Amino acid sequence: MKHFKISLLAAAAVVTVTAMPTLAETPKSMLVVAERIDDIISLDPAQSFEFTGNEIDRNLYSFLINTNPLDLDAGYGPDLASSWEVSEDGKTITFKIAEGRTFASGNPITAQDAAFSLQRVILLNKTPSFILSQFGFTPENVKEKIVATDDYTLSITTDKPYAVSFVLNCLTANVAAIVDSKLTMENEVDGDMGNAWLRNHSAGSGAYTLKSLKPNESVVLVANPKWWGETPAMKQIFIRQVAESASQRLLLEKGDVDVARNLSTEDVAAVSESDDITIHSELRGRIMYWAANQKNEILTNPKVLEALKYLTDYKGMADSFLKGQYSVHQSFLPLTYLGALEDTPYSLDVEKGKALLAEAGYPDGFEINAIVREAQERIDIAQSLQNTWGQAGVKLNITVGTGAQTLDKYRAREHDIYVGAWGPDYPDPNTNAGTFALNPGNADDAGNTGYLAWRNAWDIPEYSERTLAAVVENDVEKRKQMYIDLQKEFQKSSPFGIMFQKTEQAALRSNVANFSLGGAITTTSYWQVTKD
Amino acid sequence: MSLVKETEKQSLRAWLLAEVPTSRNHARMAAWYQNWLALKRNTLAMAGLGILVAVVFIAVFAPLLAPHDPFSQDLANRLQPLGFEGHPLGTDSLGRDILSRLLYGSRITLYIVTLVAIIAPIMGLIVGTISGYAGGWVDVVLMRITDIFLAFPKLVLALAFVAALGAGIENAVLAISLTAWPPYARIARAETLTIRKSDFIQAVKLQGAGPIRIITKHIWPLCISSLVIRVTLDMAGVILTAAGLGFLGLGAQPPSPEWGAMISEGRKFILDHWWVATMPGLAIFMVSLAFNLLGDGLRDVLDPKENGR
Amino acid sequence: MKNLDGQRKWLSIPPIVRKPISTLSTIVVTMVGLLFITFIIGRVMPVDPVLAIVGERASQEQYDATYIALGLDRPLLVQFFYYLVDVFHGNLGVSIRTGLPVFEDIKRFFPATMELATIGTIIGIIVGIPLGVLAAVKRGTWIDQIARFIALIGYSIPVFWIGLVGLLIFYGILGWVGGPGRLDIFYEDLVPQVTGMILIDSLLAGDLDVFSNAFSHIVLPASILGYYSLAYISRMTRSFMLEQLNSEYITAARVKGLSEARVIWKHAFRNIGVQLITVVALSYAGLLEGSVLTEIIFSWPGIGSYITTSLLSADMAAVLGGTVVVGLVFVCLNVLSDILYRLLDPRAKQ
Repeated sequence: MKHFKISLLAAAAVVTVTAMPTLAETPKSMLVVAERIDDIISLDPAQSFEFTGNEIDRNLYSFLINTNPLDLDAGYGPDLASSWEVSEDGKTITFKIAEGRTFASGNPITAQDAAFSLQRVILLNKTPSFILSQFGFTPENVKEKIVATDDYTLSITTDKPYAVSFVLNCLTANVAAIVDSKLTMENEVDGDMGNAWLRNHSAGSGAYTLKSLKPNESVVLVANPKWWGETPAMKQIFIRQVAESASQRLLLEKGDVDVARNLSTEDVAAVSESDDITIHSELRGRIMYWAANQKNEILTNPKVLEALKYLTDYKGMADSFLKGQYSVHQSFLPLTYLGALEDTPYSLDVEKGKALLAEAGYPDGFEINAIVREAQERIDIAQSLQNTWGQAGVKLNITVGTGAQTLDKYRAREHDIYVGAWGPDYPDPNTNAGTFALNPGNADDAGNTGYLAWRNAWDIPEYSERTLAAVVENDVEKRKQMYIDLQKEFQKSSPFGIMFQKTEQAALRSNVANFSLGGAITTTSYWQVTKD
Repeated sequence: MSLVKETEKQSLRAWLLAEVPTSRNHARMAAWYQNWLALKRNTLAMAGLGILVAVVFIAVFAPLLAPHDPFSQDLANRLQPLGFEGHPLGTDSLGRDILSRLLYGSRITLYIVTLVAIIAPIMGLIVGTISGYAGGWVDVVLMRITDIFLAFPKLVLALAFVAALGAGIENAVLAISLTAWPPYARIARAETLTIRKSDFIQAVKLQGAGPIRIITKHIWPLCISSLVIRVTLDMAGVILTAAGLGFLGLGAQPPSPEWGAMISEGRKFILDHWWVATMPGLAIFMVSLAFNLLGDGLRDVLDPKENGR
Repeated sequence: MKNLDGQRKWLSIPPIVRKPISTLSTIVVTMVGLLFITFIIGRVMPVDPVLAIVGERASQEQYDATYIALGLDRPLLVQFFYYLVDVFHGNLGVSIRTGLPVFEDIKRFFPATMELATIGTIIGIIVGIPLGVLAAVKRGTWIDQIARFIALIGYSIPVFWIGLVGLLIFYGILGWVGGPGRLDIFYEDLVPQVTGMILIDSLLAGDLDVFSNAFSHIVLPASILGYYSLAYISRMTRSFMLEQLNSEYITAARVKGLSEARVIWKHAFRNIGVQLITVVALSYAGLLEGSVLTEIIFSWPGIGSYITTSLLSADMAAVLGGTVVVGLVFVCLNVLSDILYRLLDPRAKQ
């Protein structure tokens, strides 16, 4: 009897709870985002190299130069630097820092802060530091090369006369964020230049400051009252970890969140029928490709590579499980980049593939292994390849692993076929050319793990030379043509089967406006977002 | 003709039900038959057995039963609903026939279950009998190790093993076996302890049999029946763990139609295309329920203590 | 001979002292073994913790620097030794994935799992015990069969599947319960963390809104876990009850003419109390470690999903820490039920 009473009570509790009306919408001045944020390792701009971390940093920090989220096509423009000049030898750029601005802490922003921030990147030498160190900065020389000549003048001297746009584009990358030197050094522990503290604190001058970071749970940003820009309409940004697309969709449909960032194709299609929800699509920089390790004898045969490229069902994938989220793209520079190549010479042609394989001496195909990381769209792509390659007798065995597992094999050059993605690191063509078409030394012990060409043991002195020549070409038209020519050849002969470029779809409640994901060149910003 | 058969059957029955067994084998057969009769009266257990027989049948004849090739893709006809043009259970995200994949998937499930059902009890049997027979510090050490494995969160341990060994069915089997053996070791040890002191073991010892011979020839056979009950009861758990590993992407590799992996693939579409994840879930449920029903019935028959008699 | 001497000395210590010492040493040995196995698995695993930190673009030099910073260049046993020393100082290391001390993480994640397992067990007790008693009393009837069937279904359903279907129906379609996660976004951080269990914390803070929101979120996952617990508890209750109902004193009581309800509840049921405590403790321990998949499906920030995601990203400090805690609780619950059994059951005392 007693038990019965308790269960009745419990039942009553359920009824009262469910009878409660759910909140119809989120507060007016707060943007609530459902997103997968479990990739965040650190928010320190000198270390952050993950999608979400960079996204959050863009809202926390200012840069010397920056892009305007509402006019991304314009490219970079002034941010903390009001103007800049290039020396005659093309090696030194001098920035004028705007006066009278302060960090969120109240400390004034000076050229010393800028110099400190950039030097810090080189001295800490974390993963993204190569974006700056490629200009010849080393921990030994960086204090002479990046100098604050007075409180509001910063000069940067590179080792070669690089294309100015190349250098400036790199300075818009997340790693070049300007941090508050005073606040950062106050929180230094064991000579780490504030690295540990900045992991979950902000020391910037962006539109927002970091209120809290709960790993794998949530990130909360609040408007920075010291920001000199127009006061953001969204006073608070609440980003919550929601792993599943279905969960994100339900939260959005119920109005519990304003933005759902990681909806699957099917969920996007379903919510787009609702009047309360709009789909915001932007072309992003990420490229989806397969790569063939040149250590495998069979895969060095150009006919085999060409055959595999013809045996890929680009359109079938883009129209089905990748619909709306990837479009067919077959060269290494993403569209909207300088020198991007739109040609898509390959389409599924099983007969042609078979013929090419026969010419190569494999009329009955061969067996080969692929590694792919545990993400549904990549597994689906791999399975589609498995299917169409199989039609010409190429038996593809897929091994799915975690991100780190797969990467480990890839970097150790232990794969046959790798199916994966590559995202540009900074908005300059060299970001992809410098990895797909540059191999500084193919020896196993060279350890050039950052270069995709090396990871696939693709020894290409000629391509490398041309790639290196393109970064010092200051004539924009000429430079553009160099990349186009490079890609045309790459398309034909490289062991890379580039398939798709990403289109990101964010689903928004209809009252959200001015949303920006940052296109292919940068990342999401929240300060311009409004809600009615 | 039929008359002859009938009498044969009658006499076999009589032989099996004989009050006084004529040989050791006869006694064993008779006991088995009695148990079988008891089991036959248990409707739920028989239902379980029926399902399992059906699953074995499906697994063996999958190529004949499946309407389509389980691997052939049709991107134009993906995520089609139940009953769509020759796809009774619809199609999955790559346009593959779900029914065919389920039918073929039964092979993987049975493969995993069979291997685990062999490996884990044998591991447990070896550890348990050695521990029980040797006693002393060997016993202490082996039982401590058993305790350590028992204290592990099971799925986490299996996950860790698979992560260490690499994803794949064989490694999943190994990982599940590595987590499943400790209870068998305990049972085998308990049995050994009671048998060890018995007169007939002493007699065999006096005849000069060595410990290995005693363990393998005399102790193992006596441990089998209690292990069998336990194995049957555990199979459902094995299926669920295997499906869980598949669900987390660490079991069978694509395009293999492993049921857990199919749920994992289908969960993306759960809101609009519920059948993609639901059908393999039902399949897992049916098979593990069948094992549970059978195991429960078997326990009633073979383990009088649990039965409350 | 020497060995025997030692044993005799050990046996001469009074049991009241001997028992706790041997129990404690069992726990310690088990925990160290647990750690050792996890540690070895973590180190031979082909997932590279260094890569998990430095990411895709890192140069060899950056990779090497992190490798050494993590102490991975030292021999395995040395690494394990240093780890153990740290653990005994209460330092479980720092998680690479969350960047926080593992101890802090566990303080955040463990209460969530405990909350879930506790509610699940309560459901299991409330439904499972009456069901088990009923099945025993009505043994062999259709009621018994149905009770058996209900329990066996509980043992047979893949939790990750029923979780998905449950979310689809009760949250997606009917909207009766809260969605994934422990709270709606607006309710987060409204009540101060005391126990880490939101249901209790919100009551302590007197915030009924938060309480009911948390309740709407926990109902579904806890019910699913509760079903498992129910299945186990009801089966065990049935078999204990049968044992009692067949015993002589019950027959005697019936002969005396006591009402059937009195015979069942006052006599038979009271006698299985001790055994039930053991079962509930084991079921609770089972839920604590069996909640991994439930937590993943319901985005529940608990210890199970913490260990799993850490494992997949080679965050071994976190995996080790989490395993220690879950293992410790498991072992302690076992020991506890053992002790309770000894203390409360007159037969076991002899």
